[in-house]
Amino acid sequence: MSPTLTDASPIATDSLTAIEGARSVAETYGIPLAVLAELTHRCPLQCPYCSNPVELDRANSELTTDEWKKVLSELAEIGVLQIHFSGGEPTARRDIVELVQHATDVGLYSNLITSAVLLTRDKLAALADAGLCHVQISFQGNEPVVADRVGGYRGGHAKKLEAARWTRELDLPLTVNAVMHRQNLHQLDDIIQMAVDLDADRLEVANVQYYGWALKNRAALMPTIAQIDHTSRIVDDARVRLKGILDIDYVVPDYYALRPKKCMGGWGRQFFNISPAGKVLPCHAAETITGLDFESVRSNHSIAWIWQNSDAFNRYRGIGWMPEPCRSCEFKEIDFGGCRCQAFALTGDAGNTDPACTLSQRHAEIFKLAETESSQGTDRFLYRNFKGGTLEGEESPES
Amino acid sequence: MNEPRNRRITVSEASRPVLPRHARLKFDEVRQVWVILAPERVLAPDEIAVEVLQLCDGQRSVSDIVDLLAAKYNAPRADIGTDVVAMLQDLADKGFLTQKRDATA
Repeated sequence: MSPTLTDASPIATDSLTAIEGARSVAETYGIPLAVLAELTHRCPLQCPYCSNPVELDRANSELTTDEWKKVLSELAEIGVLQIHFSGGEPTARRDIVELVQHATDVGLYSNLITSAVLLTRDKLAALADAGLCHVQISFQGNEPVVADRVGGYRGGHAKKLEAARWTRELDLPLTVNAVMHRQNLHQLDDIIQMAVDLDADRLEVANVQYYGWALKNRAALMPTIAQIDHTSRIVDDARVRLKGILDIDYVVPDYYALRPKKCMGGWGRQFFNISPAGKVLPCHAAETITGLDFESVRSNHSIAWIWQNSDAFNRYRGIGWMPEPCRSCEFKEIDFGGCRCQAFALTGDAGNTDPACTLSQRHAEIFKLAETESSQGTDRFLYRNFKGGTLEGEESPES
Repeated sequence: MNEPRNRRITVSEASRPVLPRHARLKFDEVRQVWVILAPERVLAPDEIAVEVLQLCDGQRSVSDIVDLLAAKYNAPRADIGTDVVAMLQDLADKGFLTQKRDATA
């Protein structure tokens, strides 16, 4: 799954303003708004850009039903408003309905981020009855040839379409999440039409972000500059054409950006992630950064304590940690220095300026690298699995 | 499959608006503010917006809502009507307002 919790809201009007975790930079953190609960790393799909860490949590290390319920109660108590049930594939957990019901009981707004291939109509109806507020289904393309190859799961695309229809029949709101890269960007127009035909409320056009599995597959996924220019035009046109019909979120690819993204709304400002084994992480990719210790919900500390006091959250919180050119940059309180995981992946130090920023000394280098990989890279995928990955064609990805 | 419905709503005094299932209006006890919860978004409606939204139940028409507010605040009906329609249209354009499927616009 590839959630896009990059910003609480681009919306602000006179009568309706967006809430952020912290009201000012001086108050470096507020009450977290939303939490991504990765219930499991088990998943029938094997997408080469999976946002899970390369070292996946095994089933026997997963939090129990009672542990998750206690976590959900604690989150509601400290003021978290939204819970995103994700994975891996969250419906691979047998207790998913029970956990959604508990989220409803404690007053959390719940979202299911799913590949949808394990869903039945009955299961979805039970989730709706349990108070599920929203369903987000990932799509790998607009037709099975590309989509099932990317997901490494035969028949997956057809199942997703079916589950998306059930979602709307049950009157649940639907977001189509389309993770885009060089090998499926040519389908974007058709994916937008697919989202309209499925009666989706929202479409996330999310360019792959390169950490973990996606970093290993970067040469197979990196789009060309021509594709990105084309994509931006398609999204701009669709937003005008489909105003009031389909809300489109667009995540630009970092390597071709001029300014870095305000990743997670700023480190430790609005969101956090809980891994299947119970680690409390500033973002879902944070474990890729070596040298940071993450507290667990199984420790003696409360979640509120971990959020406020743990070293992992405080290390890159606010602006005090910033090096130059960030420290004297006029945008430092707008993008909070971009993405720490990306800085680590590309420079070896999470405390460096995100190379997605044109002010980074490394920016020209990664731009060049993207250009080269997009034109000379191989199209062959390394599929994501518990074995550390399987190269496309070496053995059946479903084995 | 069914023809996808066009969600775009043109708000008029005859509309009977309601928040869609994915947008929840609730009072947040911890922050002591009203919020609208929606996918990937948390919005803070101001006092007037909260008052209007609490009246949007899919049964009352915008006209009914304007009457109620004009009476409550002893304010010119025309002014309130303009403000309420503009605010609701803004919400509708952003996907935070729908109307009951059986209701007429």
